[in-house]
Amino acid sequence: METRRLFMQTAAGAAAGMILTSCGPKRLYEAPKERLKASIAEMQRKYKEEYGKDIQVSDKGPIPGVHFAYALDISRCIGCRRCVYACVAENNQSRDPQIHWIRVEQMEKEKGVDFSHADPYYHPAEVPAEGHFYIPISCQQCEDPPCTKVCPTGATWAEKDGIVVIDYDWCIGCRYCMAACPYGARHFNWTQPSIPENEINPHTHYLGNRPRPKGVVEKCTFCIQRSREGRYPACVEVCPVGARKFGNILDPDSEIRYIIEHKRVLVLKEELNTVPRFFYFYAT
Amino acid sequence: MPLENQVNSIRLFSGFTRGSLKLMLRGNRAYWMWLAFLSVLIVSGALAYSAQVRVGLGLTAMRDQVSWGFYIGNFTFLVGVAAAAVVLVIPAYIYNWKPIREIVIYGELLAISAITMCLMFVLVDIGRPDRFWHLVPPFGFLNFPRSVLAWDVLVLNLYFVVNFVVATHILYRAFHGKPYIRKLVVPMVLLSVPMAVGIHTVTAFLYNGLAARPYWNSSILAPQFLASAFCSGPAILLVVLQLLRRFTRFEIQDAAIWKIAELMAYAMFLNLFLHGAEAFKEFYSNTQHLLFTRYWYFGIGSHHTLVPYAWSAVGLNLVAFALFISPRTRRNIILLNLGCLATYAGVYIEKGMGLIIPGLTPDTLGEIYVYYPTLIELRVAAGIFAVGFLLFTLMLKVAVPISLGEFMGKKGVAPIERAVFAGR
Repeated sequence: METRRLFMQTAAGAAAGMILTSCGPKRLYEAPKERLKASIAEMQRKYKEEYGKDIQVSDKGPIPGVHFAYALDISRCIGCRRCVYACVAENNQSRDPQIHWIRVEQMEKEKGVDFSHADPYYHPAEVPAEGHFYIPISCQQCEDPPCTKVCPTGATWAEKDGIVVIDYDWCIGCRYCMAACPYGARHFNWTQPSIPENEINPHTHYLGNRPRPKGVVEKCTFCIQRSREGRYPACVEVCPVGARKFGNILDPDSEIRYIIEHKRVLVLKEELNTVPRFFYFYAT
Repeated sequence: MPLENQVNSIRLFSGFTRGSLKLMLRGNRAYWMWLAFLSVLIVSGALAYSAQVRVGLGLTAMRDQVSWGFYIGNFTFLVGVAAAAVVLVIPAYIYNWKPIREIVIYGELLAISAITMCLMFVLVDIGRPDRFWHLVPPFGFLNFPRSVLAWDVLVLNLYFVVNFVVATHILYRAFHGKPYIRKLVVPMVLLSVPMAVGIHTVTAFLYNGLAARPYWNSSILAPQFLASAFCSGPAILLVVLQLLRRFTRFEIQDAAIWKIAELMAYAMFLNLFLHGAEAFKEFYSNTQHLLFTRYWYFGIGSHHTLVPYAWSAVGLNLVAFALFISPRTRRNIILLNLGCLATYAGVYIEKGMGLIIPGLTPDTLGEIYVYYPTLIELRVAAGIFAVGFLLFTLMLKVAVPISLGEFMGKKGVAPIERAVFAGR
């Protein structure tokens, strides 16, 4: 009788364990390599069906010894918003409704960096407007991100190279992260995002610019599909005045290290202790 | 368990269920009109919600700048109602004050209805309701203990279970003319008191923990949540108790009602005091964080949408306090009900939209987006309230006759007052 009970208990335990492993969390965060490959193949098949063309979804992981950081020269930025639209095109942001991962704030020189007097909807005939300066803001890729901490399903996290990413297939759209973000960097797909088929960027990453569904949150990923391949983010490339700098903060010879060590650098809302990897500086 | 016992308990249970259903289907014209009214609201809400699921949350007025709105405001308010309903348990069980002890069960039923509404408000607010299971281990993943929302999911559901078990157990036993099992009920009732405080504290922490939103990031938030909840929860209960007294044979002593009103006066005083303390700190120190409080009370630039609501809430709360603090006015049945109405409305404004919207406006980059709920949001919310009221009505329909000893499994057994509390 005793042995039979013991056997039954062991069997039940083993069965429960098997069920737990097979039905366990399906977050991309902890997906083993094979399952990730399968998920990506499935994504590509679905995109082909939806957009009628091949969309490459990369699963390239973080490069060891690389930690990305960004620096933006406030004295150079002219507020032309080319970065905004280059970002939209590169990262497959919805055109209708419009989603912009970069928001350029026009500020008054008299008031300095003051959000209560910032205007993101400026439209002068020519930029820069007299007496104004510009601060483009996107995800600050915080080292201690308040957004990932609050996510109830663990659908967003910081990668080893410092990029804060979202699993679009796991996000439930509760928008707690949007309330927690001090930089307005997170954007929600309030309706089905739409991108004209001929404007889709087929070069994507599973944690980055692959087309998103309705009802989930998205944000800047330092162009993860580019930066992990050693290329600059689209906003860096397009900037006509060279105000945007990007690189590996762990490399002592990098431009980004030079800026941080030699220029007057600031981060937004320093008092919140989010430790942004996005620096603003004055080169001149 | 021997087969005979099992058959017997199934028979008892089916007797209870069939009897309950029969009770629910019996009622006068007013009852059926009420049910019809609720059903219309529910159908309208369901239609609105199905449109929202089809098109997306874009049908609401929420946008990136104000990413939470009417739904989450109602959720927050109702957590307070759920918490406060059970706080009546304290005087009933700890001080053994009989007039209130008889009505504790209705507080628990109210809590069950309120929590149901809370969970529905969260469900309609999320962008991917089809992924709700992502929160539920082992299939999903709950980010516990890091996410306060994970805490909230846990405590709200646990609180629901505790109240549901206690209320149904007491009623079920009373139906069969037996006293409740003390070993089961007493610990759970005692647990439900700290849990009531807990669900509201955790819900306050949900906002409190966000350094990005200075309006919420104030340590006075949780105490203020509790204080206002102890006003709004009893306000609803007082009206319900009077209705019960009028339309059924159920007797509730005036003393119980007056006592609750008196407790509400103290809670309202505390609520007003905490608001005052917060306003002093904000206005006197006059930092950039004042922006949000100013938006609520005075508006910023040409934006004054919330100002009338802010001052109505202040006025209503003051009126309620004045009416409840004086024994003469709170013993006047008309003034008492006016006070309840004022409390309910005042707390609903300050704790719903008055908490969420100024918390998010201006947004983190200083933009003022004027949020006003759309018809879709109003219809969905009305539908959820109707579900809650329907649930509460149907539960009362069964619970009241059981308490009165009119609805029993066997004949000639004691009514609930004796059966339920015989254990003491």
